[in-house]
Amino acid sequence: MSADVIIRVEGVTKVYTMGEEKVHALRGITLDIVRGTYVSIMGPSGSGKSTLFNMIGGLDRPSDGEVIMEGFRFGELSSGQMAWIRCHKVGFIFQSFNLIPSMTALDNVAIARIFSGLTPAQARRDAAGSLEQVGLGNRMDHLPSELSGGQQQRVAIARAIVNRPEVILADEPTGNLDLRTGEDIINLLGKMKMDLNITVISATHDKKMLSASDVVVWISDGAISRVAQRDEIKIDIGTIDGKTLA
Amino acid sequence: MPKADAINAVPVQAPVPWSVAFAVSWGSLRRRFLRSLITMVGVVLGIAFLAYMLVNDNIVNALVALRNDTLNVILQKNGVDIFSGKGTDTMMLMLIGLSLFTCLVGIINAMLMSVTERIKEIGTLKCLGAQDAFIVKTFFIEASLQGVMGTVLGVALGLLVGLLVNTFAYGRFVWSAFPAFLVVKSVVVSLVIGSLMSVLAAIAPAYWAARKQPVEAMRVEE
Repeated sequence: MSADVIIRVEGVTKVYTMGEEKVHALRGITLDIVRGTYVSIMGPSGSGKSTLFNMIGGLDRPSDGEVIMEGFRFGELSSGQMAWIRCHKVGFIFQSFNLIPSMTALDNVAIARIFSGLTPAQARRDAAGSLEQVGLGNRMDHLPSELSGGQQQRVAIARAIVNRPEVILADEPTGNLDLRTGEDIINLLGKMKMDLNITVISATHDKKMLSASDVVVWISDGAISRVAQRDEIKIDIGTIDGKTLA
Repeated sequence: MPKADAINAVPVQAPVPWSVAFAVSWGSLRRRFLRSLITMVGVVLGIAFLAYMLVNDNIVNALVALRNDTLNVILQKNGVDIFSGKGTDTMMLMLIGLSLFTCLVGIINAMLMSVTERIKEIGTLKCLGAQDAFIVKTFFIEASLQGVMGTVLGVALGLLVGLLVNTFAYGRFVWSAFPAFLVVKSVVVSLVIGSLMSVLAAIAPAYWAARKQPVEAMRVEE
């Protein structure tokens, strides 16, 4: 195995205790994610997909096993160090965009840059650059409520890339968008992957995502049921949907 | 995969300056202007009551000290005990205390609601790299600002009403015996009590907000 692995998930399990009952959300997941790839984690709700996604982002701690990013074992880091990882190494994109409603598009992006240690003035300058990159250079002073869903998600992408992270974690990024806008967002994520050599990891059940993915990981009942590389995926779509989506 | 055997290789996230937290808080206050106003009105009324009672007491005591027969008749008509020379009794002090306590609970309640509403926002900020201290700062500033602004308005209102009521009741006597120093002292005391109370009320919600986890950002609300 010579590929440049950026994230390694090692035998991760997660058990939630609900009253007397124990729920196994993840039953020992092992997965290597290669730098610069576009990985989609597919699975129905309740499959453990979101739990795995949260583990990879360091938002949840495993009951057993480890998540390792660029050699850093999340389990060994303090909360201050995890905040640094989330700020500098990971860009998050959410299903419902999660922009701060009281801030303009520019400030929504700039706040992430401020957390990385820059002054507000420097942060705004970089934020403007990121917004230009996602094609929103003319919407910087708008509040989220004045932007369409697609535009809000673009702001969120600008916010995710402004600190030049290694990884973008996108949780159902097209879930709240119409078909065409969803496709635009997928293409934009693909472009960011290519231009900035960012690893994109997306939890989704949107089949449009498949065509953009280099690797698709299917989760069911807390375990990986299948991993498919890009070439295998296209055949799959053909048989599932009866048409080519690529 | 690059080697990273020392945990210390990951720096601890740097703190964010107060000025940024202030800007974020101010933005939140402006966006929830009406809600903030309602919270503030509670503080304004409570503190106005306190300031009014203190100022009223100052003026009435000064009037009693004049020992003017015409004035004493009016004072007694208004229920002032001119022999003890006290305008405010224990009952009133208890009422003031109660109204201040209600204010305190009001601010805490409003801020806790505001935190609950913004759990997702807090989670998002933490996903972007915010630390607990930043969340504490923003909520603390927001609550304190509401309280302190309410206090200033409340003191102004209480002072104004105190002057008007007494001028209406005792006319020129008020101005001939005006206890300027004591009134200023009462204003300062009201400002300090109100501000301290507001800051005190801001602490608990701010820490509660900071305890929210970044994973809350993933919540889907319909």
